[in-house]
Amino acid sequence: MSLLTNINKAFDNRIRLGIMSILMVNEYADFNTLKELLDVTDGNLASHSKSLEKAEYIHVEKQFIGRKPNTRYSTTKLGRAAFKKHIDALEQIIKKQ
Amino acid sequence: MESKDYLNDINEIKELMNKSSRFISLSGSSGILAGIYALIGTYLAYNIIYFTQSPSDDYKTLVLYELEMLQLFGIAFVVFILSIATGIFLSWRKSKKHNEKFWDATSKRLIINFLIPLATGGFFIIFLIEKEIYAFVAPLTLVFYGLACVNASKYTLGYIRYLGITMIIIGLLSVKFLGYGLFFWALDFGVCHIIYGTLMYNKYDRS
Repeated sequence: MSLLTNINKAFDNRIRLGIMSILMVNEYADFNTLKELLDVTDGNLASHSKSLEKAEYIHVEKQFIGRKPNTRYSTTKLGRAAFKKHIDALEQIIKKQ
Repeated sequence: MESKDYLNDINEIKELMNKSSRFISLSGSSGILAGIYALIGTYLAYNIIYFTQSPSDDYKTLVLYELEMLQLFGIAFVVFILSIATGIFLSWRKSKKHNEKFWDATSKRLIINFLIPLATGGFFIIFLIEKEIYAFVAPLTLVFYGLACVNASKYTLGYIRYLGITMIIIGLLSVKFLGYGLFFWALDFGVCHIIYGTLMYNKYDRS
């Protein structure tokens, strides 16, 4: 099926898809916000966000708020383009069915 | 590969986008109640203002004594506080019912963006009152409240946007009918709140 060629494997997972969805409509989101919205464990979120970071789809910033370490995420240009392509592909498939 | 999965993906994307960027627990019934408070408030104000003057007199001139003035501000203040308290309480209850967080990034963003135009209007009106320019107080409250709603609508349920636009239009219109501020107030804060509150209640609160 040629339709499936635009489906991005990087988003073929509920958590990675979720991280991208949230970051598409927010300037940035921190670790705890993502964790609560997606209802996942620390380890799970960390490993999935790392893989998106490796693909250069998201940008990770580590900083300190007072004494607390705070990690915040935002999308990269590449990530936004890839995600849009992915959503278009999903919609195409649904339309065809 | 199941098509059902993809549909599910799309739904989940939409839900997360909404949930993470908008405060979705805003209660429609609190809008209805705010409208009812406003109608009661304007009714009381009407009785105070026109206790001595009959409504058929010239509406453009209003003679108020200090005591009446204080009573009017008192009514406005009570209506305002009651509406806010009801809004917070009912939205809090709705968020609990749906297992959402009440105080999070979305509710903070909503309140800040609602308050920027509202506080601007508030100060502007206080300065006018200080200068004893009363004619534009009623239209300005409507216009600034409308702007606050439009601004806040990006961060919560979309209906607020139309409520805001209606408020602004009626507010501007009321400038052409100075002296009838109280009626426009009743129409806007009272009737519009009830109409839009009911629409929101039917769409989002039930279920």
